[in-house]
Amino acid sequence: MIFEEIKQLLANKFGEDVIVGEETGGMQPALIIAPERIADVCLELRDNEATYFDFLSCLSGVDYGTSANRFGVVYHLTSIPYQTQLVLKISKEHGRSTDDLPVFPTVSNVYRTADWHEREAYDLLGIFFEGHADLRRILLPDDWEGFPVRKDYKAAAYYKGIAIEYPPQDKFTSD
Amino acid sequence: MQNDALERYYKKIAEAATQDMILNMGPQHPSTHGVLRLELITDGEIIKEVIPHAGYLHRCFEKHAESLTYQQTIPFVDRMDYLSSMTNAHIWVMGVEKMLGIDKEIPKRVEYIRVLVSELNRIASHLISIGTYGIDIGAFTPFLWCFRDREHILNMLEWASGSRLLYNYIWIGGLFYDLPVGFEERCREFVEYFKPKMVELNELLTNNQIFVSRTANVGILPLDVAINYGCSGPMLRGSGLKWDLRRIDNYSVYPEIDFDIPEGKGQMGSVGDCWDRNKVRVDEIGESLKIIEQCLDRLQKELKRTPDFDPRAKLPRKIIPKAQDFYMRGEGSKGELGYYFIADGKSEIPFRAKARGPSFNNLQVIGEIGKGIMIADLIAIIGSIDFVLGELDR
Repeated sequence: MIFEEIKQLLANKFGEDVIVGEETGGMQPALIIAPERIADVCLELRDNEATYFDFLSCLSGVDYGTSANRFGVVYHLTSIPYQTQLVLKISKEHGRSTDDLPVFPTVSNVYRTADWHEREAYDLLGIFFEGHADLRRILLPDDWEGFPVRKDYKAAAYYKGIAIEYPPQDKFTSD
Repeated sequence: MQNDALERYYKKIAEAATQDMILNMGPQHPSTHGVLRLELITDGEIIKEVIPHAGYLHRCFEKHAESLTYQQTIPFVDRMDYLSSMTNAHIWVMGVEKMLGIDKEIPKRVEYIRVLVSELNRIASHLISIGTYGIDIGAFTPFLWCFRDREHILNMLEWASGSRLLYNYIWIGGLFYDLPVGFEERCREFVEYFKPKMVELNELLTNNQIFVSRTANVGILPLDVAINYGCSGPMLRGSGLKWDLRRIDNYSVYPEIDFDIPEGKGQMGSVGDCWDRNKVRVDEIGESLKIIEQCLDRLQKELKRTPDFDPRAKLPRKIIPKAQDFYMRGEGSKGELGYYFIADGKSEIPFRAKARGPSFNNLQVIGEIGKGIMIADLIAIIGSIDFVLGELDR
């Protein structure tokens, strides 16, 4: 099923406002979905006989930079029966606070593979997935402070009271 | 919002400790294949729940990739799945070449060499998997045999690239060096030597009655569960689906090469059990040997080495892809290896690079198929998943 047909299918099912935009400039066209509807959209695309996007290849959290102040999640879906791929994107503006995280709905109830991917996005970028059953850190220790893949992350000076030594020119905290 | 997942986890462990037994397997347990910690809630010998704890080998791949150029990241990519560095680098390089739009200009000889070394590396990786699987469940000899034959492959790859495991051999737009003189002949010798060794290995391990008893009908992974959990590679094929990205996406020169996709058939038990997954790897070694022979045919005939051939001729001087985001996937030795790039069109450094490691997704399913089984069977399941912690933790 081609991109336009999928767009039409989603618009018919959920209304026009579920698709807030599209990116067709690159090699892989992407649909931009209204963030609060993403789980419904994924469920529909997974179960609809015309699409069968049953395999979530990749889920990536993205921080769009300090000037954009925007956080997003990118879903790469694969349909095993039809051998097609689709990219879905959601994003919202957020003031980069680490106390009040950007919130998106979880898709781990639709694709179980999203479970760890969402934990990773939470761990590294501080994106909160509402409805996730077990949103603990996965790669970093449980008591880690901050979210390292964010663009404004400053490397910690201490870990558990021990000073961390960095090389003189610290590339990892650059903007 | 308040994230109370950690408190809920502590509470669950505290409650389980009063009723059941908490058993920590790892992080230094030899059968967890690296530094992986599995927290088991057990009732006697029966496992009620498996809670994996990853991250002991986290090396900030994504953060590093955001501060290094595409070319400089290749050594880091090698260190993800350190058992099949060539395939990791191959897929990364293909992704960048596609973004630059030079993927059609790569000389055929370069592409064939890339496939040749990737498949050699895939054999080496599967040999580790099969050998350590044997050792996990009590067979010591196959491990030594596998390592003996893997050593030949590593020697050849060292001859070509200069290092045994982490090669940095495949570069964007070309190769580090052409193959050394005599490599093709030596490789052919190895293929001839290795074929009977696989027959021996099958007699010793794959069809061994003790091995079959330990693995058949253990850890059955139904196909729908495998797909929903994002399992790929031999895990997915072991559950009976012919899904190989080398055929689905037809990248590189794989469309010109003839090979089959092995799948689990449930010969010794049910489709998708541990034996099937191991068998898929054994069969894939045979298919990789076929691919290698076809590559060698081409490399020795129409794509023969010429004195003026320069594998670095197409190397771009500045690697600045135009602004776009791109997901490149390919068949690593463990499954679907994907890289998600976001390029901003201005710099040589990716704005965001995310790696989707097959081990990360394959291991996740252990929580599902590890329920209600004996502890000894869990060891069999871990071995059959064949993950590399370097890729899981990145």
